Amino acid sequence: MNPTRKRRLIIVLLVLAAAAVAVGLTVFALQQNMNYLFTPSQVRAGQAGAYGTFRLGGMVKAGSIERSKDSLKVGFTVVDADGAMPVEYTGILPDLFRDNQSVIATGHMADGHFVATEVLAKHDETYMPKELKDAMEKAHHGGKAVAASEEAR
Amino acid sequence: MSRWIPLWLHKLGSPPIFYRFAGALRPWFLGLALIAGAVALYGGLVLAPADYQQGDAYRIIFIHVPSAWMGLFVYGVMAVASFIALVWRIKLAEAVAMESAPIGAAFTFITLVTGSLWGKPMWGTWWTWDARLTSELVLLFLYLGVIGLYHAFEDRRQGARAAAFLAIVGIINVPIVHFSVNWWNTLHQGSTVRILGPSKISGDMLWPLLTMMVATKLYYVASLFGRVRADLLELEGGKDWVRRIATGEVVPGEQA
Repeated sequence: MNPTRKRRLIIVLLVLAAAAVAVGLTVFALQQNMNYLFTPSQVRAGQAGAYGTFRLGGMVKAGSIERSKDSLKVGFTVVDADGAMPVEYTGILPDLFRDNQSVIATGHMADGHFVATEVLAKHDETYMPKELKDAMEKAHHGGKAVAASEEAR
Repeated sequence: MSRWIPLWLHKLGSPPIFYRFAGALRPWFLGLALIAGAVALYGGLVLAPADYQQGDAYRIIFIHVPSAWMGLFVYGVMAVASFIALVWRIKLAEAVAMESAPIGAAFTFITLVTGSLWGKPMWGTWWTWDARLTSELVLLFLYLGVIGLYHAFEDRRQGARAAAFLAIVGIINVPIVHFSVNWWNTLHQGSTVRILGPSKISGDMLWPLLTMMVATKLYYVASLFGRVRADLLELEGGKDWVRRIATGEVVPGEQA
């Protein structure tokens, strides 16, 4: 490699390294701030206290959805591994919203519960046909039934 | 150039030879891309079963995911070509880098639009500022920046060098786009198709997706070859081999 090309190579590599370090440090610094959401236990621990409006993320607790009969008002409980938070929302919910669905609600705290202005459903990365899902559930429940009958004996 | 680069590769770097080579291969790439694309669309839209929770709406994955992969892949090609262009000042590398940018921008745009269309019914919103969506938007802006910077200079080669710098620096965004779903809590789901470990998609949905991936790659090569050929004719306008093609002394694509 001749000296001119060597010099250019070094300059390009230096620019790239400098940019990488700059972006790396920025990303590292943002690691804390860039969290898109807080989980119920994080909110309970006071981590969201600095924010007026924030996002709450977790699973919709099975059986907790209560719809109002004469309005779009809906109440449900969002849970994570070791925390729960009642949520109140008025509006249209996404198609995927239901029991045990991961959701992200934007809103604020009011008297110990969360008042959401927007509720988004988080989709998971699993794709499979309905038949396969049914078959898997059947196998799952089948296994449970067998275990239960064994226990009974 | 250096001894360790094979002679044929060295030769291929010469504009008239690449012009002929790309002209001969382009129809093949384009034809195969169309066939693979048609097979993938039929497989994805007709043969593949509906998803257990999204129903038919999930079928946008067959456009969205291959486009997203291409947005990152084309950026990688552009950055490597830019690097070669900056260090060795090879005309062909400049042309490959600069002509990749509009193709990559188009794929990134398709990714953002299809994702938005899917996001409204599934998530409940057209757009949200989570790490994946934001970094993908930055990717589009980087492409547009490269295109804009390239055209901002009177002298094309000078413009190519300036834009090549931007392309190289912007490569840092590519791993951020890819890993954003692992590094941060995002609304966007994690990777479905994994190189390491089992994919989270059933086989009858996976094969059309992978076929579309091949189709988009082939299309990229075909499109790039066409664009680079046109670029080379313009860059080498005063040269003898271009004049001979222009005056009809040789049929383009056969002899130069």
